[in-house]
Amino acid sequence: MNLSRRQFLKLTTSGIGATSLGALGFAPDRVLADVRNFKLASTTQTRNTCPYCSVGCGILMYGLGDRSKNARLRLVHIEGDPDHPVNRGTLCPKGASLLDFVNSPHRLKFPEYRAPGSSEWQRVTWEWALDRIARLMKDDRDKNFIAKNAAGVPVNRWTSVGMLAASASSNESGYLTHKVFRAMGMTALDNQARV
Amino acid sequence: MTNHWADIKNANVIIVMGGNPAEAHPCGFKWVTEAKAHNKARLIVVDPRFTRTAAVADQFVQIRPGTDIAFLGGVMNYLLSNDAIQHDYVKAYTNASFIVRADFTFDDGLFSGYDEAGRKYDKASWTYELGPDGFAKVDPTLQDPRCVYQLLKKHYSRYTPEMVSSITGAKQEEFLQVCKTIASTAPADRTMTSLYALGWTQHSVGSQNIRSMAMIQLLLGNMGMAGGGVNALRGHSNIQGLTDLGVLSDLLPGYLTIPKETDKDLDAYLAPRTLKPLRPGQMSYWQNYPKFFVSLQKAWWGEAATKENQFAYEYLPKLDKLYDLLAVFDLMHQGKVNGYICQGFNPLASAPNKAKVIDGLSKLKFLVVIDPLVTETSTFWRNAGEFNPVEPSKIETEVFRLPSTCFAEEDGSLTNSSRWLQWHFKGAEPPGEAKTDLEIVGELFGRIRRLYAKEGGTFPDPIVKLTWPYAIASAPSAEEVAREYNGWALADLPDPKDKTKILVKRGDQLTTFGQLTDDGSTAAGCWIYTGSYTDKNNMARRETADPSGLGLAPAWAWAWPLNRRVLYNAASCDPTGKPWDPRRTLVKWNGEKWVGADVPDFKVDQPPESGMAPFIMNPEGVGRLFGADKMAEGPFPEHYEPFESPLARNPMHEKPVASTNPAARIYAEDKAALGTAEHFPYAATTYRLTEHFHFWTKHARIPAVLQPEQFVEIGEALAKEKGIRDGERIKVRSNRGEIVAKAVVTKRIRPLTVAGKTVHTVGIPIHWGFEGLTKPGYLANTLTPFVGDANVQTPEFKAFLVNVEKLGVA
Repeated sequence: MNLSRRQFLKLTTSGIGATSLGALGFAPDRVLADVRNFKLASTTQTRNTCPYCSVGCGILMYGLGDRSKNARLRLVHIEGDPDHPVNRGTLCPKGASLLDFVNSPHRLKFPEYRAPGSSEWQRVTWEWALDRIARLMKDDRDKNFIAKNAAGVPVNRWTSVGMLAASASSNESGYLTHKVFRAMGMTALDNQARV
Repeated sequence: MTNHWADIKNANVIIVMGGNPAEAHPCGFKWVTEAKAHNKARLIVVDPRFTRTAAVADQFVQIRPGTDIAFLGGVMNYLLSNDAIQHDYVKAYTNASFIVRADFTFDDGLFSGYDEAGRKYDKASWTYELGPDGFAKVDPTLQDPRCVYQLLKKHYSRYTPEMVSSITGAKQEEFLQVCKTIASTAPADRTMTSLYALGWTQHSVGSQNIRSMAMIQLLLGNMGMAGGGVNALRGHSNIQGLTDLGVLSDLLPGYLTIPKETDKDLDAYLAPRTLKPLRPGQMSYWQNYPKFFVSLQKAWWGEAATKENQFAYEYLPKLDKLYDLLAVFDLMHQGKVNGYICQGFNPLASAPNKAKVIDGLSKLKFLVVIDPLVTETSTFWRNAGEFNPVEPSKIETEVFRLPSTCFAEEDGSLTNSSRWLQWHFKGAEPPGEAKTDLEIVGELFGRIRRLYAKEGGTFPDPIVKLTWPYAIASAPSAEEVAREYNGWALADLPDPKDKTKILVKRGDQLTTFGQLTDDGSTAAGCWIYTGSYTDKNNMARRETADPSGLGLAPAWAWAWPLNRRVLYNAASCDPTGKPWDPRRTLVKWNGEKWVGADVPDFKVDQPPESGMAPFIMNPEGVGRLFGADKMAEGPFPEHYEPFESPLARNPMHEKPVASTNPAARIYAEDKAALGTAEHFPYAATTYRLTEHFHFWTKHARIPAVLQPEQFVEIGEALAKEKGIRDGERIKVRSNRGEIVAKAVVTKRIRPLTVAGKTVHTVGIPIHWGFEGLTKPGYLANTLTPFVGDANVQTPEFKAFLVNVEKLGVA
């Protein structure tokens, strides 16, 4: 019986111990040739999609932590999903190095604020930042909202604050973003599809 | 894509123009390799550069940037004058036989109705002759000199091989060889697929580049066929999704449109959008527009949207003009925008003319950047030396930077180019205090709504009455939002065939947009996504089976619309409902209904003999060779020079105004910032590398190591002329700015002879900036012009002018 590494891992994670499988003669060479435990054997596997181009390659992410309440899941490996009908397990140079995006030293960790004329950031709390942004937006909308045009026709538009939405974020965040900002009357709303 | 990634394997011919999938979409490109290996497919690449896609092509033809329509117009001329078209398909499924109004004309680059001062057309004459019955007149013999087929032949007869060669720089023999290969797919049992990307969209004639290929595919009978279609390889993982969801300045979800201020009430808004059939017996699916729109309004405003208040029509903004990205950055530059929010978007790097963008951002009162990574936009005020020479103390903009999660740290769906909505799952905790976009939008909206509830303010109704049916108001879950865009019944929906029965119970999820109503009894946030989240999350399906062998994988994720994998698939059958090519059977008529491996793109019980044609979204029922009034610059694509062209005038037209796209918008200041060939003699184009994705991967270690430093690609001949050695630092200037980068001297770009003159092309990869783990570099948009496509305003990044200068050894 020939087992791929993936099938083997499936079996081992579904409860049959690796040693007993080995004893039954189902030994995939690559795994058992290694004296250490296979490093992904104790990880949690999650299905996801590559966030870069529009092929939408399936990926498998492996994290340390077992989804229990106090364990903080941390990714240690990402590879192509061999079941995916388009990429069939392969990834390009960008996708293959996705872990370096997730763990980039340039990931933002805290809300920050740059005051007028300043040349540096200061760390702020979410509360402070969101309160202030909400205030700035409401004040601008109250002041500059165009309820009627010159001919007296109701137009209910807000043109003085705009937004660019993310075309690498999910449909759900795109939909909610559209719903919220259009409800405010915003017209200057676009996404990367425009460029 | 009209088709999907794995479908490429079914093609006999693959033409890649305006894209470079081997490098930009590598794992999708494997299906090209598959087609070559197992279907003996021929790959044609037409591009300004010899790319890695070209490296594995059967034929590569180099053309000058911005001359695709000249090339494709020539292909149409070849197909029509050699009668290499699929006659039965063209007659039955296109508007070839339709009679065009007598006052429609084309003369020296301009169609009838041009208003030079307004740079726009009065399109009244761009339509069909209507009979007394209100239907378009047709001549099935295609002999009438005013029928589309005859007008098409006449229009493209000017695109002779000599003209094509003179404009594009391709040799006539090379061009004719491409024509022959394309023509080989006219028989019903052969197909060609077309793959394109930003290399076609980022032009002042971008939309017409794509339309030209759509017309070729209609002439060859390749639309709706497995292995056919016009396939957009979108740039981002969810740019398809955000487009579908209408997150654009003139759209609403599901390709509904934002009202204009001339649409005074709901009836005035719906009437011109509720398209009645233009030929007898046609479906004209947009007749259902009111159902989609009312269901959207119900999803957004629930019980506050009633028949009495025109389903809260008043709550939507009404447009006086376009507010596309270019228009908004121009308004910002004029000081007319006070605040701006960038959610996962780095416009300083991706909008044209960096100097103008910096100026605009500096005039804002506040800027909010939501992103997982550091972006140049968030630090536009930071002096980064030569790469961003600004003076922070003079920039008064308040900037907020909010950390968001990345793909790995959240649940949700992305829509790929195949129109597949693929659900993904959270597999890690975000760093620090980063939050999901859903949470950030939820928290911000909650605050604004509370302020309106407490203080009142201008027109609070659409804000305070917005539906918010989420368990945790400050953090809507992805599932809750997905159920909302799918839609549900607000009342028991009776079965239209037997009104005593209930089809969908109140509160249940809808399974198809066929269930939507215009009386307020259904809510659906994006009608084309109805069916994605029914009693279960269909986007999370992961079954690999492919019973047809055509690569449809029908139970993997969910494709819009209705899990249909190939759009217009009813056109894969002849007018009796029999597949044109039995090996490519997607659907067929079995005598009672349409059945098949794919979900039929047709009324399922409509017999083919009824004469209903397969392009059901069009009021004509057929595909448009003549674009009627749908495009800004004309019903037939015409070659216009890029706004910055190495030629003094368009070789096809005498009139100066018809040299470039006469309907494209350009602001006076930006027109003044255009360069001329006298000072900037070289054609330039931007592009991507396989190791990088836009401006993100310079923050990821491995890609930053693989391509660590900015470079510019120039041909050997130009290098020799300028005395530039490989690896030497050079200055590249446009009339808007300059960058300095290492020269990569290459065989991949040859000089071309265009209209009797030698034209060199300069290739400019885009991936560097003043933030990142790579060596700092210049944003490539320091150079690019602030002008866009006439229809959708996508900037012209793929054809402009530069000069290059030797700088000295690094």
